[in-house]
Amino acid sequence: MNSVEATGKTVEEAIEAGLKILGVEKDCVNVEILEEPSRGLFGIIGTRQARVKLKLKLDAKQLAEEFIKDVCSKMGLDVSVQHEKRGEYHYFYINGRNLGILIGRRGETLDALQYLVNLVVNKRLSKVGNRAKIILDAEGYRKKREKTLIRLAKKLSEKVKRTGTKIVLEPMNPQERRIIHSALQGDEKIQTYSEGVEPYRKVVIAPRNNERSAQ
Amino acid sequence: MKELVETLARALVDNPDKVVVNEVEGEKSVILELKVADEDMGKVIGKQGRIAKAIRTLVRAAAAREGKRVVVEILQ
Repeated sequence: MNSVEATGKTVEEAIEAGLKILGVEKDCVNVEILEEPSRGLFGIIGTRQARVKLKLKLDAKQLAEEFIKDVCSKMGLDVSVQHEKRGEYHYFYINGRNLGILIGRRGETLDALQYLVNLVVNKRLSKVGNRAKIILDAEGYRKKREKTLIRLAKKLSEKVKRTGTKIVLEPMNPQERRIIHSALQGDEKIQTYSEGVEPYRKVVIAPRNNERSAQ
Repeated sequence: MKELVETLARALVDNPDKVVVNEVEGEKSVILELKVADEDMGKVIGKQGRIAKAIRTLVRAAAAREGKRVVVEILQ
């Protein structure tokens, strides 16, 4: 059941009644008032109950944006959020002042918020069998980081070719590892793979000719 | 800070009305005690504590801004 109509003496009571039927909290629904209540004449003739329609919020964009803004405001940050859908991914670009604390060291705070927003949104969407993948960026951090990682990957791959020995990078999250792998994918003289267990999984850049001995 | 923990926990659990956060002022740090319904414990801890870690990371970031040390404890 994604939507429900309910009535009550007041709009608030009608909403309460509807929420009970759906079994959710008020922040999970969009409210549409179909009819305002009317006391009528002397409270006898022409009395009318309030009628509302409650629709479960099932829009990934709306759910994510509200959560991001809510959390940021509780962190004392005033932010604006832009949304873009690319393929199956929802990108949210967060802008505002003092976003350094929202990014954190190596993006760890941004990653934490991204992890939680995915959980919160998908918890709601899973009720109707939907899923959304959400990626957050703040002040262009991820784009900058991507450029840095590509530069690092190229530089280290040259070193591997020169010295003929493999290089193990520092631990990275799956998205960052993917950037390294795809940056070096076309290079036939080297190979890349990951080793170790999350969250300490690392990318290894190794020469391709001693494939066997490298592993 | 207390409100931040409440917001995060309420969004994650199935019983938001059972979320309670107590602020205990220590000498140098503030302890935020988070309580949720028994069946929601997993929703605020996560596999290998991943959700709890994310909550703590956000709280730490917000606290750093105010120059405070804040500890989030999840109580049974």
